Amino acid sequence: MIEFTLWDIVRNLLLAARWTVLLSLAAFVGGAAVGMAVLFFRISKNKWSRRIASGYIALFQGTPLLMQLFLMFFGLPMLGLRIEPWTAAVLGLTFFASAYLAEIWRSGVDALPLGQWDAGASLGLHYLQELRLIILPQAFSITRAPTVGFLVQLIKSTALTSIIGFEELVRTSNAINNATFEPFKVYGLVALIFFAMCFPLTQYARSLEKRAATR
Amino acid sequence: MTFGWLPGAVGDIAHGAATTILLIAVTTLAGTLLSILGAAGRRNGPALLKRAIAWYVEVMRNTPFLVQLFFIFFGLPSLGVRLDPILAAMLAMTLNMAAYTIEIVGAGLDAVPPGQTEAALALGLRPRQVFIKIVLPQALKIIYPALTSQIVIMMLESAVVSQIAVRELTYEADMLQARTFRSFETYFVVTLVYLALSMALRRLLVTGGRRALGAGVS
Repeated sequence: MIEFTLWDIVRNLLLAARWTVLLSLAAFVGGAAVGMAVLFFRISKNKWSRRIASGYIALFQGTPLLMQLFLMFFGLPMLGLRIEPWTAAVLGLTFFASAYLAEIWRSGVDALPLGQWDAGASLGLHYLQELRLIILPQAFSITRAPTVGFLVQLIKSTALTSIIGFEELVRTSNAINNATFEPFKVYGLVALIFFAMCFPLTQYARSLEKRAATR
Repeated sequence: MTFGWLPGAVGDIAHGAATTILLIAVTTLAGTLLSILGAAGRRNGPALLKRAIAWYVEVMRNTPFLVQLFFIFFGLPSLGVRLDPILAAMLAMTLNMAAYTIEIVGAGLDAVPPGQTEAALALGLRPRQVFIKIVLPQALKIIYPALTSQIVIMMLESAVVSQIAVRELTYEADMLQARTFRSFETYFVVTLVYLALSMALRRLLVTGGRRALGAGVS
């Protein structure tokens, strides 16, 4: 039997944590891109666009992420795509994130006074220019705290991709636990690593919130 | 896609859904109670307790539920605490939910004007009566929508407890797809069940809340 020192465990967990970080970043970037598209539909002047976007958001917020990941993992091969855990994980988390981010940013757009739109129109800007130059910069700036808060949620959500077989922090910890039989130590360390990733972001979100409150 | 397996699976799915409902019902009650105690302790308790609750909230909010679940189910037995899967799931869900709802309930307690407490004390109520009869009902009414969302989120999160073999909805789905080889269809149907459950739960909480806490609850 191979002996695992504490350092062996920590080192392997930290190596695996790189994948957690990478997956979080990929899903956040992808989610932001898709979320922008959903946002455009959500605040469109067309009633049906708005309804479709609301339905999309309600669907992702009303079902477990684990189910979304399973559907991605088993559904995409039915469309003839060869799918690996990494692809399913990134795509699943991307769509999941897009729904939440679109909803967060939508709240920012809604919070702006209608006068902002009117002022843009009176300057002769057309719809897209108004969005790009006036509405979205302000909407993003007032929703920075919840956006960072969602990033924390996303990092924690990557743990679920271990269940569809993506080799990140939690899956690696399961393997290590099966070899060492020290669940208390292994999962304690995993929790610590997640905490080290999430806590600074939580504090950052909190400081953004405080700054927004005093402004 | 084929759904020929579905009629034979309805019983299993219903059984799984019932377990999911049981889990969330227990979690809601225990979690809310715990968060009321936690929020009150964080405001009026001794300094050490205040700090302990603050750390508890931070740790639970900054680590994944799945890891908390594994820690409780696989890790605690090495300290001599061995729990049934379903008990471990209830404990993990309750502890996780409380970390979020302590903040929510706390915000509600802060939002009740201090004049309410002063008026109640002036009427000769004891501090405990003031908290239970005057401050808490008003606080709960204020935070009820946020509490509702948190309960629904927790219900969706409960899918994860299938990983420690609690026979809830996701676990039944795993078993079904292993038997029928219709993975996508199985998870598709079960996802719809979850969607229906979350919509029904939200509706139930809003109507129930309106009845229990009075008008103005949404």
